[in-house]
Amino acid sequence: MRSDRGQRAPLGLKIAAACGLLFLHLPILLIFVYAFTTEEKSFVWPPPGLTTQWFAVTWNRPDVWDALSLSVRVAAISTAIALVLGTLCAAAVSQTRFFGREAISLLVILPIALPGIITGIALRSAFALADIPFSFWTIVLGHATFCVVVVYNNAVARFRRTSGSMIEASMDLGADGFQTFRHVVLPNIATALLAGGMLAFALSFDEVIVTTFTAGQQQTVPIWMLEELIRPRQRPVTNVVAMVVVLVTLLPILFAYYLTRDGDQIAGSGK
Amino acid sequence: MTSAVSFKKVSRHFGSVRAVDAVDLDIAPGEFFAMLGPSGSGKTTCLRLIAGFEQPTAGSISIFGERAEGVPPYRRNVNTVFQDYALFPHLNVLDNVAYGLMVKGVGKTERLKAAEEALSLVRLPGYGTRRPGQLSGGQRQRVALARALVNQPKVLLLDEPLGALDLKLRENMQEELKSLQKVLGITFVFVTHDQGEALSMADRVAVFNDGKIMQVGTPEDIYQRPNTRFVADFVGSSNVLPPDFVQRYSGQHRWGSLRPESIRVSGATSGDGVAARLVGTNYLGATTRLALDADGLRLHAVVPAGTALPAEGEAVMLTFNRDSLHLMDEPA
Repeated sequence: MRSDRGQRAPLGLKIAAACGLLFLHLPILLIFVYAFTTEEKSFVWPPPGLTTQWFAVTWNRPDVWDALSLSVRVAAISTAIALVLGTLCAAAVSQTRFFGREAISLLVILPIALPGIITGIALRSAFALADIPFSFWTIVLGHATFCVVVVYNNAVARFRRTSGSMIEASMDLGADGFQTFRHVVLPNIATALLAGGMLAFALSFDEVIVTTFTAGQQQTVPIWMLEELIRPRQRPVTNVVAMVVVLVTLLPILFAYYLTRDGDQIAGSGK
Repeated sequence: MTSAVSFKKVSRHFGSVRAVDAVDLDIAPGEFFAMLGPSGSGKTTCLRLIAGFEQPTAGSISIFGERAEGVPPYRRNVNTVFQDYALFPHLNVLDNVAYGLMVKGVGKTERLKAAEEALSLVRLPGYGTRRPGQLSGGQRQRVALARALVNQPKVLLLDEPLGALDLKLRENMQEELKSLQKVLGITFVFVTHDQGEALSMADRVAVFNDGKIMQVGTPEDIYQRPNTRFVADFVGSSNVLPPDFVQRYSGQHRWGSLRPESIRVSGATSGDGVAARLVGTNYLGATTRLALDADGLRLHAVVPAGTALPAEGEAVMLTFNRDSLHLMDEPA
């Protein structure tokens, strides 16, 4: 068995690969197509006719705007919290040695390894125990638990590649802690933070499980969509929103991917 | 006269490890001072104590008369050339060199001009727009040097400055550092485990072992008149002679040191001298190093290349000038 680079893949393998990709992405395309259908009660294939009226209908639905605005605010604030906490934690774990360092590293990553439903139940009972009413901030708190992990992972990887003597060099040359952070640490971890932040934003934006446990009466976009599927009227509105969600989450993830892909050269060229 | 750097009973302990143990040290202004020792001997910790990256557990440090304990690195008029250079990868060479002036608030045109001058000082003019990643090891070293010197430090610290360079480059840099130090008149303190480097560059050398200074002196002092077995052996691999052996030649019951190049080897089988057997030869180019066995005592001799030598395993006679046998202070 050989796998030469120059040799072309056998036809069977190509077809299998194409089928795999189609299986993954055809349903998503289907959702896009249904956003233009004229049939509003059920999804019929092929669509009886095509129309763009649902975009206008969606635009004029206040519940859509409420859900979107809530989702964006939750994602933005969770990401901001995660950026601060994740960076601080990554700095502590990678720059210093202390008792329990490995344990902390594991505990920080745990929320993303645990099933979301566990995190959700745990948070819900904790909020109930502490008598905290469900609100915007309980959703933010729930989302921040896993957003921190994403930022932490990105930042810690970059910190590990950043030479520790660079910080000492900066201090040696007369920069105090704040100047060192601003002129040396931040430029070296900036792309990692941007990537981590965008991933965190995207994760928060389409989170369902933790949100159902930590939200009161409010609806984020994914929760709104779940409810909407049960209703019989104006179905394609959901599809229009789905298109928007796909774009809002896909673009940051693509961007984050490109940033971290080039990250090696940015942080590793000192040696 | 105020010392450039003065240690009074300085200790730095890490848990139960005494990295630096009650060290007294005085470095004169304008001196080229070497801290020599094996790894883990405390020389680098001493350098970091001067730079301010470590604080002493006990004792006091002063830099040009000013107390240094508790003063953070960024408020000391001392700069460091790091072993791995620690250049900032996100800045170009000119901004790297100008960094110290930038954080002190020097205006842009002024600091870039100073940085350019510092780059010409280390013979890298016009390299300002490159990234550190585009430079060779020797060039990065020069940039690190320029980045430290541009701040006009009172003391320049160099941590194994030539460790990462190849032999040829290292020899060039040795000469260059020495002449740079003469021109600038700044106190240079450098750490090395290479005794050749310490002897050839420094005005004075401190030999470290186990967190203590074993001996401080000029390179000649250290090399010709080591005071302990450790110094004799570490600096130039001298022959350390046991007291009983020394007594036969000097009448004193003390440890002695005899430099390998002071031993003459002849094929004679009788006469004055130490009877020995040649057990190995090691060709080193300009010289040949001989391993000798004198009745159980292992000795080394270095003879010029081209000397007629007996075959390995043959009996030889060793002679040396009584003056070159140095008696050490260390108690027998």
